[in-house]
Amino acid sequence: MSDLRKIIIDDQEIEVDGAMTLIQACELAQTEVPRFCYHERLSIAGNCRMCLVEVVGGPPKPAASCAMQVRDLRPGPNGEPPVVKTNSPMVKKAREGVMEFMLINHPLDCPICDQGGECDLQDQAMAYGISDTRFNEGKRAVDDLNLGPLVSTAMTRCISCTRCVRFTSEVAGINQMGQTGRGEDAEITSYLNETLDSNLQGNIIDLCPVGALTSKPYAFTARPWELTKTESIDVMDALGSNIRVDTKGREVKRFVPRNHDGVNEEWISDKTRFVWDGLRRQRLDTPYIRENGKLRKATWAEALKAAAEAMNGKKVAGLVGDLAPVEAAFALKQMIEGQGGNVECRVDGAKLPAGNRSAYVGTTSIEDIDAAKVIYLIGSNPRDEAPVLNARIRKAWINGAEVKLIGEAVDLTYDYELVGPGRASVEKAISSATKTEGAVVIVGQGALTEVDGEAVLGQAMALTTALGGSMLVLHTAAGRVGAMDVNATTDGGIDATLAEAEVVYNLGADEIAMPEGAFVIYQGSHGDNGAHRSDVILPAAAYTEENGLFVNTEGRPQLALRAAFPPGEAKENWAILRALSANLGSALEYDSLAQLRQALVATVPHLAQIDQVVANDWQALPATTLEKAKFKNAVADFYLTNPIARASSLMAELSANAKSRGATKVAAE
Amino acid sequence: MLRRLHHEQPESFAFTEANQAWAEAQLTKYPEGRQASAVIPLLWRAQEQEGWVSKPAIEHIADMLDMAYIRVLEVTSFYFMFQMKPVGSVAHIQVCGTLSCMICGAEDLIKVCQDKIASKAHALSADGKFSWEEVECLGSCSNAPMVQIGKDYYEDLTTETFAAILDDLAAGKVPTPGPQNGRYAAEPLSGLTSLKDHEAGKHKLNASAQLADDIGDTIKRIDGTEVPLLTPWQGGAASSAKVPAETPRPKSAVQQAEAKADDLTKIKGVGPKAAEAIAEAGITSFAQIAGWSDEDVAWADENIKGAKGKASRDDWRAQAKALSEG
Repeated sequence: MSDLRKIIIDDQEIEVDGAMTLIQACELAQTEVPRFCYHERLSIAGNCRMCLVEVVGGPPKPAASCAMQVRDLRPGPNGEPPVVKTNSPMVKKAREGVMEFMLINHPLDCPICDQGGECDLQDQAMAYGISDTRFNEGKRAVDDLNLGPLVSTAMTRCISCTRCVRFTSEVAGINQMGQTGRGEDAEITSYLNETLDSNLQGNIIDLCPVGALTSKPYAFTARPWELTKTESIDVMDALGSNIRVDTKGREVKRFVPRNHDGVNEEWISDKTRFVWDGLRRQRLDTPYIRENGKLRKATWAEALKAAAEAMNGKKVAGLVGDLAPVEAAFALKQMIEGQGGNVECRVDGAKLPAGNRSAYVGTTSIEDIDAAKVIYLIGSNPRDEAPVLNARIRKAWINGAEVKLIGEAVDLTYDYELVGPGRASVEKAISSATKTEGAVVIVGQGALTEVDGEAVLGQAMALTTALGGSMLVLHTAAGRVGAMDVNATTDGGIDATLAEAEVVYNLGADEIAMPEGAFVIYQGSHGDNGAHRSDVILPAAAYTEENGLFVNTEGRPQLALRAAFPPGEAKENWAILRALSANLGSALEYDSLAQLRQALVATVPHLAQIDQVVANDWQALPATTLEKAKFKNAVADFYLTNPIARASSLMAELSANAKSRGATKVAAE
Repeated sequence: MLRRLHHEQPESFAFTEANQAWAEAQLTKYPEGRQASAVIPLLWRAQEQEGWVSKPAIEHIADMLDMAYIRVLEVTSFYFMFQMKPVGSVAHIQVCGTLSCMICGAEDLIKVCQDKIASKAHALSADGKFSWEEVECLGSCSNAPMVQIGKDYYEDLTTETFAAILDDLAAGKVPTPGPQNGRYAAEPLSGLTSLKDHEAGKHKLNASAQLADDIGDTIKRIDGTEVPLLTPWQGGAASSAKVPAETPRPKSAVQQAEAKADDLTKIKGVGPKAAEAIAEAGITSFAQIAGWSDEDVAWADENIKGAKGKASRDDWRAQAKALSEG
């Protein structure tokens, strides 16, 4: 199967797979080859010519290393391994020539370009270019595109690498961008100047090796070298995308993706990337107490006292919201249950079985989707629930996987077979299922939130067993799996929890209504629905402002690090709970986050396995009969799923754009 | 040259019925799933029909080929042979401006265009009848300078003869293509110096000019009726290709249906596929083939898939006879 070939790169002999391209082999040999158009996650274009290398004994001209395979090289006359040089005079001259051509039409506007400081062209011109130009004619002028509110364009800077075209058509699955014309008049355009209809379009900002595509919201706000970079985890969906938070002072300036092959590859969704303006608006920066029907500002001492008095001796229900880190859920559970109350994290009513990790997480990892042959989607629209995961399913589909959807017919950017809209189709799928290699069943939250949710999950597990495959429960809430792991649940779910509650301790659950008459203590970061219906508000940190543990939808615990400080008097979530527990007279047994984590790991050992997908034992649920109903998807509006996104004016604009786009489509049909 | 969609576009585009049939036939030339390969022929036919490639044409062809609109636009804008602006209703003049023609006076021809048609290339004349452009070498260097109008070359031009051609076209006439200075083809100006034997019995005009002259109205738009469909693999649907009528299968098949089955692939020229096809016709034994009549052999030549003509070429009858006798 493997076809190992010896190759000598700059006097270093290595053995690589023959199917590798020279640029990959050079990378293995730790030899840097400059490139613009080549990107390991996109198809090969070979049009920038920056990666030229010398193949000794080959044609007497430089070869594009991104487009030539190792097995295409001929051995020497006596069978010696082929020789590739990346530092010969020919290569140096070729790079200088290519660089000079690139710069012929590139404007000298680095001082006003947002890409400055992280620009491939700048860096490579410094490293491989010459300091002069022989071009005295006028530079070309190109019309800018309007790609919508996220990506700003300066097309004179474009070097026609076509990475954006390849990304949007291959990964994002939209066919709007292309390169028209030829030669000097080649231009990157979108068809009829349409704006891009994708929630992954922000990635073309990162892909663009020059400053042609830059972030519109971030425009002219900071230089990359001024930013403090913190590696963290995203909470906008349950995928747990690896991100880097760039801050200047105490403000988050932008989010960029980090590479993680097992989770998000190197993509993030637009919500993840652009939600940062929501971190500045509607923030709760001081405690409030409701007096005479009106909220008034209070001190921490007052607020904690009021909360403790309200909770004392009452039936307390604790709700864990969608964005809560595991530590906060754990501290809340210990505090509330210490008071004889109940906690619940399944606030959307999902019938996830407590304690059965194979049922509320599943048994597959996100990376397994790459190798899947058959993918069943049950009651899920991954394009909205986890766009980056959807891109991965699309990748599997491109590689030949079959996708079968049971649920609402939606545009997933790839073809699928619609088995049926409702629960009957699950049973139909089970009855026709045979053992299939590489079968993955993905169950969305939309399928689990109705009364027969647990039965649907049981049937999904039966389908998985019948297929001999593995299952993934696709969550919509970043904090859900972690909260389930610490067992922040109550028998009977959210309804039972709230039914008898006299006091509700709401840890950032903004999507549900509070029971009439109950005293509500809201702890959270944003003045959203939850804060409006509350009697005491305890302002807390958002996800970029505290260290926290998040377990993603495949059950991979990942650490989010603090990038900024919470605004005003807001405090970290666990610290508020610890302080309140002291006011209640039964202080939690930890005084630092480290101690909390020790206690947490002692209770739930697998949470210590950071960045590992813990294998779950398969405990099938009983496959009971289902209701007769169609599935509804969990996410109604991709851009407005949580308090941070709802506080963002940009997300509101995107949501409105998406709605009007949908409306015109209907009108046209 | 910056090429974009023209600002004024027609409402819709449709191939003529004959062109549509032709276009659908082109799709069958490519394997399933590779229909996008037909994009250039289809765009070209759309241009021959309309004179230029409009946005509705691009979208129509993209829909036919299951391609994204932008992909077809990319192809259209890449190739300069595709006109992205309306062209003259009578003729679009393509003046060769490359070396030989330039030396021999192409620039003067362009001046004629500028005077008589429009000052800029790709612009329509005032009456909308003409447009012109300068193109790269058309390969008729020995007859320089020359222009291409539609599919025809008008060679050995002078400003006067070229202007006369334009006037003729404007008057609704079709000038005779080919060299305009009395030359026959690309022979020396002073006449043939060798191969004079072929002088006798030749046509009045050289081959390509003669063909154009025979067709007559060479500058009319191609509506599909003038070129036959050449897709014989489509069977009866093809209009021009000779498709043999279904001949009745060999009688021997019916007569000796009960004969024992032999391994037909032992016959040279019969592969597993062909053997299957033969068996489908009811022929399973060597004896049956040995008893074929000439008609039966002709039938096999035509109808056994993957073994066209092999029945007679490899003489299956004789082979089968030898095999059946052990």
